[in-house]
Amino acid sequence: MPSPPRIAFAHVGKSFDGGRVRAVDDVSLDIAEGEFVAIVGGSGSGKTTLLRLANRLIEADSGRITVEGKDVREGDPIELRRRIGYVFQSGGLFPHMSVADNIGITPKLLEAPTQDISARVDELLELVRLDRALYRDRMPHELSGGQRQRVGVARALAAKPRIVLMDEPFGALDPLTRDALGDDYRALHVKLGLTTVMITHDMTEAILLADRIAVMHAGKLLAQGTPAELSASGDAYVGELLRTPRRQTERLNALLPRDGAA
Amino acid sequence: MSLFSDPRWHEALTHLPDYLGNHVRVSVTALALGLLVSLPLAIISRNRPLLRGTLLGFASIVQTVPGLALLALFYPLLLALATVTMRRFGFGFSAFGFLPAVLALALYSMLPVLRNTITGLRGIDPAILEAAQGVGMTPWQSLFTVELPLALPVMMAGIRTAAVWVIGTATLSTPIGQTSLGNYIFAGLQTQNWVFVLFGCAAAALLALAVDQLLALIETGFAKRSRARTALGGIGVAALVIATLAPAMTRSPSSYIVGAKTFAEQYVLSALVAQRLRAAGLSASTREGLGSNVIYDALVTGDIDVYIDYSGTLWANQFHHSDIKPREELLAELKTILAQQKVTLLGELGFANAYALVMPKKRADELGIHTVGDLAAHARDMSIAADYEFFSRPEWAGVKKAYGLAFRTQRQMQPDFMYAAVASGEVDVIAGYTSDGLIAKYDLVALDDDRHAIPPYDAIVLLSPKRADDQALRAALTPLLGRIDIASMREANLRAAGNDAGSSPAAVARWLWDKVGK
Repeated sequence: MPSPPRIAFAHVGKSFDGGRVRAVDDVSLDIAEGEFVAIVGGSGSGKTTLLRLANRLIEADSGRITVEGKDVREGDPIELRRRIGYVFQSGGLFPHMSVADNIGITPKLLEAPTQDISARVDELLELVRLDRALYRDRMPHELSGGQRQRVGVARALAAKPRIVLMDEPFGALDPLTRDALGDDYRALHVKLGLTTVMITHDMTEAILLADRIAVMHAGKLLAQGTPAELSASGDAYVGELLRTPRRQTERLNALLPRDGAA
Repeated sequence: MSLFSDPRWHEALTHLPDYLGNHVRVSVTALALGLLVSLPLAIISRNRPLLRGTLLGFASIVQTVPGLALLALFYPLLLALATVTMRRFGFGFSAFGFLPAVLALALYSMLPVLRNTITGLRGIDPAILEAAQGVGMTPWQSLFTVELPLALPVMMAGIRTAAVWVIGTATLSTPIGQTSLGNYIFAGLQTQNWVFVLFGCAAAALLALAVDQLLALIETGFAKRSRARTALGGIGVAALVIATLAPAMTRSPSSYIVGAKTFAEQYVLSALVAQRLRAAGLSASTREGLGSNVIYDALVTGDIDVYIDYSGTLWANQFHHSDIKPREELLAELKTILAQQKVTLLGELGFANAYALVMPKKRADELGIHTVGDLAAHARDMSIAADYEFFSRPEWAGVKKAYGLAFRTQRQMQPDFMYAAVASGEVDVIAGYTSDGLIAKYDLVALDDDRHAIPPYDAIVLLSPKRADDQALRAALTPLLGRIDIASMREANLRAAGNDAGSSPAAVARWLWDKVGK
């Protein structure tokens, strides 16, 4: 990798409940500029904690985390979070704010002029493929799950971040929407030259969207690399995780006629 | 006469601007103060379990104190505080009326506001709070742009509850000297003026409803993001406040304030004093329904200028003397004690309103009872009723001791009802008041206190320290001294207890002056 990593975790540890639960245990992981990394693991694996450490929603106990070459502890966490886009599980939209207000929140916090925010909201609605006339003034409860998540992505991108963190962004969506949204986001990632870290428990999704996959289990980083590199890993748990998409592919291939209607 | 052609409705209406205005002022100030204290406390304590528990516990305890007691407690508290600030810093403040009422009511408003604000804030989905943090909000930005707006419906429900409570409880601030819609209720209950009682209750209820609905309008305005509704509600509340402030601004403050305790005779006498002052070209108003623990201190501090008290009451209750002296001696000594506090004892009105043991005349004659001494032989088989304080007063101990009295049962009763109770045979004897007109009405007899166990209760005119050298005041009141005989006062009290147009304190006072003043 030629350029220095956008995000680097070095021997990071974090425990809860006075040290009884080691959520993240000595994790080191570099994420390069422009890379799309998926962190895969089951519930309780520490993957969400790792993500939150990056924008200091949680503070690390030990180790060092750098974002764009700077130790996160050295700056103001608020400023850091405004620089990093964050997509929450099932949107995390503010229920009392319209779609436009939700999307424009970070630029507003950064005190951007109102007309600029308004123009940016329209631009983002277009980017996430929502009809601006139809959705601009809607409230979150008037949207479908997929639409809500599109707004969530738009909100994360509003302040033109170079880094986007995503916490199981497509987990609660139906398979079709999920597929479409995943592809759309991947396109945005490329188009905008983003660095993306996505949390998921779904290895298939990770393989389809990410450049590189990091596997976590019980707070430890078991393996990292491209899907091909992971296949070569000798770890039993990693092997187990990879077996599922493989088996699914084989069975789907066997069950679905190649020249089907859809 | 139909219910609504009763002229007392009209009289009630003439008081409305004053009573309603004061009621709204004290309620709105108390509620504003309550919110000012409760909201920040709720916000600070929402994530601090210990503080939260302490605050809610404290507010709950306050809520269990009856409103009347809470209001009454603030008076001596502030009085003591005022004395301290006077001594330490050279300034005092009036512990009478507005201030204690506002403080007590503000305290009363805290529980619903605290509880609902905390509940509302803590009920927000943690994912939303995390999102607020995640998009880069500071804790303050999160509070004001996310948490408070989301908690608002629950908070507003609490504020509305508090508003209704405060407006309702404010009617109880009359005895500590704060004019309110409670003046109708207290005066009406004491003078059997049910028109006033109804009027006061209805006015307080309507005010509470109106404020509740205005707040509801603001609430739905927020919920539906309708600025029009919010503004309309806000304008309504503001208009209410301004409307009640306006008459207070334009009305010239009357120079003399005549105090009255919470019973009919006092309402009549304060009306009489005010009428005499006005007849002498002085402006005067009455402050009625003051608790007997409040009224003397209010005179000393100059919150009221003049009122009528009774020698024995001051002697025993205010100055805590348990010995009983002959009439003249007690008056002379009282005058000296009062002078030490710079209170002027202008003179006696001419009658006494003492406690007396009272029973039906017919029964007394049958049993041959004429004196308390005669009663002692029969007391074992009899029951006695008295007002709420009599049995704990030194007079009762004195009477029991002097005559060896022991009754089968003792009951406490609302003074208005005990005469009817003894007339109907519900109880055998009551501790009544010698000037009460109901003694004649029910054909009762006051038994002779032949051993002088009950102290004298001469009605006396007291002037506040700041009016000590006020010759105009003295000149206006001197004609009253010695003029009011017990028979006239009894008849006046009987009239005041009536339930017709001529029974208002002012009308009875005019009648009384026509009878004795010529």
